[in-house]
Amino acid sequence: MAAPEAAATVAADKPVIEIESLSLTFQTADGPVFALSEIDLTIGSGDFVSLIGPSGCGKTTLLRLIADLEQPTEGRIAVNGVSPEQARRNRAYGYVFQAPALYPWRTVEHNVTLPLEIMGIPAAERRERAERYLELVNLRGFERKYPWQLSGGMQQRVSIARALSFEPELLLMDEPFGALDEITRDHLNGHLVRLWQRTRKTVVFVTHSIPEAVFLSSRIVVISPRPGRVIDVIDCNLPPDRTLDVRETPEFLAIAHRVRQGLRSARSYDD
Amino acid sequence: MTSGLQTVSPASGGLAAGLWDRLRRGKAGPVAVVCLAILVIWYAGAVYLNSAQLIDRYGRQKIDWTASRLIADAWSMKRPVLPAPHQILADLDSSILKQRLTSKRNLAYHAWVTLSSTLVGFVMGTALGIALAVGIVHVRTLDRSLLPWIIASQTVPILAIAPMVIVILGNVGFTGLVPKAIISMYLCFFPVAIGMVKGLRSPDRLQLDLMRTYSATPLQVFTRLRWPSSAPYLFASLKVAIAISLVGAIVGELPTGAQAGLGARMLVGSYYGQTVQIWSALIVAALLAGAMVGVIGMVERVILRRAGLTG
Repeated sequence: MAAPEAAATVAADKPVIEIESLSLTFQTADGPVFALSEIDLTIGSGDFVSLIGPSGCGKTTLLRLIADLEQPTEGRIAVNGVSPEQARRNRAYGYVFQAPALYPWRTVEHNVTLPLEIMGIPAAERRERAERYLELVNLRGFERKYPWQLSGGMQQRVSIARALSFEPELLLMDEPFGALDEITRDHLNGHLVRLWQRTRKTVVFVTHSIPEAVFLSSRIVVISPRPGRVIDVIDCNLPPDRTLDVRETPEFLAIAHRVRQGLRSARSYDD
Repeated sequence: MTSGLQTVSPASGGLAAGLWDRLRRGKAGPVAVVCLAILVIWYAGAVYLNSAQLIDRYGRQKIDWTASRLIADAWSMKRPVLPAPHQILADLDSSILKQRLTSKRNLAYHAWVTLSSTLVGFVMGTALGIALAVGIVHVRTLDRSLLPWIIASQTVPILAIAPMVIVILGNVGFTGLVPKAIISMYLCFFPVAIGMVKGLRSPDRLQLDLMRTYSATPLQVFTRLRWPSSAPYLFASLKVAIAISLVGAIVGELPTGAQAGLGARMLVGSYYGQTVQIWSALIVAALLAGAMVGVIGMVERVILRRAGLTG
């Protein structure tokens, strides 16, 4: 198990995600591609864990494995103590993709209520939840708009509201702000950190931005280039009421430095 | 499709004020130019194609003729090779407006006969096409087994099978509208099936993954994702389908020596060398097709706008 001390630092009674010696190999026409190798990771309740690594290192794949969107070749994953498939059937997690993946023929409100419709929640409550979670992502008043009438950042906030709407305890976020400009990204990072502090959901967050990972996370998992391995797990306890200004502090810079070193060592290791 | 409709509508519309308004705003200008060009070519073509017959007749009757006489005669022959547009208009006038609407001599009656089997065939073909597409998208073995047959079905010339369909169905007691509608259906299920296979497969991976994260049932994925995604593809297919459905109905009217319908009028016209009558039936068929494509276009705009897919 990687870094048991780190797991103990979060107030976790039982782990939300347990990953043991997980490997994934894709069989392609050009031979096998080793995507992930021997991953061990434990994520506790209320943790905000960032998976950081260079493009193509398998961090998105790891998230998809947790979500039961891919199947591992070897190893074991448990989500809330059950298999990822069972967890998916229990609707244990909300998934935020790289792109907003909104349905263009649905209004903002109806995009947010899509999972609620599928889960058979009555119309009155659907409306009430859409209102609440659009409020949470600062999008009140946009209920009747269609996705194409919104900017990219607003669309991604709708997709976050959609993931929150059915109130999962676990949020899986796959580079949700990757396609956005720096200014919007900073803004949404501020949003997300406040959201996490308010709701204390468990978040697994994939990114390749060091400042983003350090700013948001309670723990950072550094992953090597393909085949993806965990090369460092960094505790990251910046003050809970942090703002973007925290990025100028020595603590922040020290953590960012350690992350950068981890990424650099991985590169030389691979070459 | 829409541009084809636009060239048709000024001729049929008769809303002179609206046309003038559009002309000034620049939309109708290009349409008017194209219409004018067609008329010029048509009149010139009538002279060119009919002159040989006329010169031959002048020679036999020993008539001195001039160019202006030739042109005037070429545009007013009883059985021209190519009738002039005003002759067709006159024929349309006498065969539609000058007849009782319920009379079997009225061209509008024949148009209605053809239209009714076109629409029945179109509805059946659309239903069949959608059903096949749903099966192909959801059942892997159907994808492999059905699609080649669907494509093969369209390589058989419809003129070759139409008489067999009519005869076979006639033997089992189906006459009139049903056999023609079935021929229409045979033609028009194809673009609907192909378009809908594409449309139902158009959701991207993220949109499908999203449904998986919700553990949505296949029915929920269909109603909430695949079906709405396919709407633009469906309408594009329907526009093709309605036009060839009309072709199917007309072809279906030929082998029976049918008593009624636009196809029957064309057949009778060609028996007796009544080229003007053939052309009238052709023009009515074109107007019908244009109008039907236009109606589908309108329904498309209303539905896609309501679904927020267009501004």
